[in-house]
Amino acid sequence: MRSSVIIFPGSNCDRDMDVALRKFGFKNQMVWHNDKSIPKSDLIVLPGGFSYGDYLRCGSIASKSKIIKSVIDFANSGGLVLGICNGFQILTETGLLKGILQQNKFLNFICRNVFVKVKDKQNKYFKDLKKDLLELHIAHNEGNYFCSDDELKSLEDNNQIAVTYCGEDGTEDETTNPNGAIKNIAGIFNNNKNVLGMMPHPERMIDKYLSGEDGSLFFKNIIDNFK
Amino acid sequence: MKIKVIVTLKNGVLDPQGKAIQQTLNGMNFGNVEDVRQGKYFEIEVKEKDEKKAKSLVDDMCKKLLANLVIEDYKIV
Repeated sequence: MRSSVIIFPGSNCDRDMDVALRKFGFKNQMVWHNDKSIPKSDLIVLPGGFSYGDYLRCGSIASKSKIIKSVIDFANSGGLVLGICNGFQILTETGLLKGILQQNKFLNFICRNVFVKVKDKQNKYFKDLKKDLLELHIAHNEGNYFCSDDELKSLEDNNQIAVTYCGEDGTEDETTNPNGAIKNIAGIFNNNKNVLGMMPHPERMIDKYLSGEDGSLFFKNIIDNFK
Repeated sequence: MKIKVIVTLKNGVLDPQGKAIQQTLNGMNFGNVEDVRQGKYFEIEVKEKDEKKAKSLVDDMCKKLLANLVIEDYKIV
């Protein structure tokens, strides 16, 4: 399975993502934001970081960069596009995903492990995933997902909510919501579920000695579903 | 020609920074501050002599980049 990771000025999870993808068998290439086209890929990843210093709004400048047109075309033709953290913010700014990531409710940068509940498995990312809860890492200042009531209803009606913040026992409420996101939303799909944006970093959970391996399950699952 | 734009959060959208500023002002004995909303202000120099045309260009910029209409409103002043 071929993948491409797009690097923007200020991306800082691009190399971690490269290591994770290669570890699980992806043939990965790094693509610079100023390139016009993307090499033949089955998956495009927009990594975490602070593209363009988070100027104006997180992800807004990156969403207008040269490479983005190719990403949008790829997504519209059904290709898998995964945005993690700042990548999720970029995807909302391009309009590929609904809503926006606002500043965390309590104005704090959050850097810790969280549990998320997988809400939908009828997609190429989570189909046949053996677990329903994943322990992943978050590190963000703007992760407070927001959208209009109509958009929320359509996300719910089409099962486009991908993952939600929860406790170790699966409880979803205010106490297990780190950043104030509506409905504890940590990640969503587009209508066709080929585009996934999420705040948690699976690429930081791929080593049993350092972190835990729920991220490994995530990447292995994408590869298995591709075969 | 210089065109000025103010971008603010829509009514009803949580503004935690505005809230923190309000609470700080209250703590500084500005007790009558009831609410603060924080926004952004832009001065855009456009190479265009016709004010109407310049404003219509900036309107397009607001929709495409300067404001995110999910949570923000803009005003060309």
